[in-house]
Amino acid sequence: MTTVSAERLAKVFVEVADSLVDEFDLIEFLQMLADRVAGLADDATVGILLADPKRQLHFMAASDETTKFLELFQLREQDGPCVDAFHGGKPVINTDLTATAATARWPQFAPHAVTAGFRSVHAFPLRLRQEIIGVMGLFGNTVGDLGDSDVQIVQALADVAAISVLQERTIQRAEILTEQLQGALNSRIVIEQAKGAIAQTHGISVDAAFQMIRGYARRTNRRLGDVAQTVVTDLASLPELAAPGSR
Amino acid sequence: MDHEANGARPGRGAVSRLQVLCADATRKLSAAGVGVSVMAADGVHGMAAASDPATERIEELQFTFGEGPCVDAFASRRPVLITDLDHEAMLRWPAYTPAVHEAGIRAVFAFPLQVGAARLGVLDVFRTHAGPLSRDELGQAITISERAVTTLLDGQDQAHGERDIDDAIDQGAPLWQAQGMVMVMLGVTLAEALVRLRAHAYTTDRHLSEVAADIVAGRLHLKRDHS
Repeated sequence: MTTVSAERLAKVFVEVADSLVDEFDLIEFLQMLADRVAGLADDATVGILLADPKRQLHFMAASDETTKFLELFQLREQDGPCVDAFHGGKPVINTDLTATAATARWPQFAPHAVTAGFRSVHAFPLRLRQEIIGVMGLFGNTVGDLGDSDVQIVQALADVAAISVLQERTIQRAEILTEQLQGALNSRIVIEQAKGAIAQTHGISVDAAFQMIRGYARRTNRRLGDVAQTVVTDLASLPELAAPGSR
Repeated sequence: MDHEANGARPGRGAVSRLQVLCADATRKLSAAGVGVSVMAADGVHGMAAASDPATERIEELQFTFGEGPCVDAFASRRPVLITDLDHEAMLRWPAYTPAVHEAGIRAVFAFPLQVGAARLGVLDVFRTHAGPLSRDELGQAITISERAVTTLLDGQDQAHGERDIDDAIDQGAPLWQAQGMVMVMLGVTLAEALVRLRAHAYTTDRHLSEVAADIVAGRLHLKRDHS
């Protein structure tokens, strides 16, 4: 990863501040954050994972599909920098995935990530007070060291992601965290169910179905989670999505 | 398609299994009692099972008053964890709070029983002392809620027995996508689609994740019921 651009960084913080003012959709917010953090450097992609109260990590958002699969791979194999950053509670900064040190540390993940076209991965815990509630992975397709100041910037953005989980930021109750996280994890399931329903209705791929749902949400200025919920409970009320051939 | 919960209409076998589950949860969570309510999509209360008759009466209270953590957990699709039925709870549920307080309950933890948009009901943990569930207890409560969901989904067909079609690990996106696909394929509610997917896995003696992968890949097509 090359040095973070100050101008791009400022834009990210403006957009984050904008999003946090109103009631917002956590998944959409994390998706936006993943896209923007990826945009900070020319060759970076980003994935975000959140943990449930059983301390199991779940995939939440990624800036692209390859990164999503790399995150899912780490979850399945329980091997990789994101898993380590989560359990260790500290950033894992790696410069070269092809180096022996990386292969020794992550025997499954390192070769898999290299095959997928990546050369470096850095992982940052999402910290909330004493808790580690998830992890943000920063993937690069060139060998790249991350300078101290860049580490701090990306860690700050990871902490912003953690804070965003607490939509009601003034509330002190620790229980809110569990309530929000479980709600967000379930919202992700709803979105996947909606993708399946639209894919089946129109005979298209689940990825194309997702584009259709997202496009509709944007055009009608509705939240992605709300549209997905309606798709699987009352599809007929969304004629634009329900009618075959309506794309 | 607005009756999401139609897929899960538990029979007597499911009720007794839920009672065992509630009694087990009561011990594991140091609770006074644990109850499960099955609800229709519009929040109408269907059936309750509890660890003991006293808890069942407490579980019924929220439906008597039409308010409470359970009602809110179902509507908001997320847990409602009330560590202390104090002044704040009084303001939130003015009729329900004094009634459970009278029964000696000081904390209520309500967990929705759901898989995405397929909502089946709520599991309630009641305690006689105020204070939070520990992280370990929270994790246990969520695991127990997941077991309650599979009991509700499988409960109406006793033939399934105890064979485990679920993988230990998170099955993730393909399973959930397959649920949405089967809903459209069969023209049923989402909850019914979950039941049918599981039934197919049982009858063909396969793992749910394999069946889901076949459906998403277009290799498997479930047929509509014409009965």
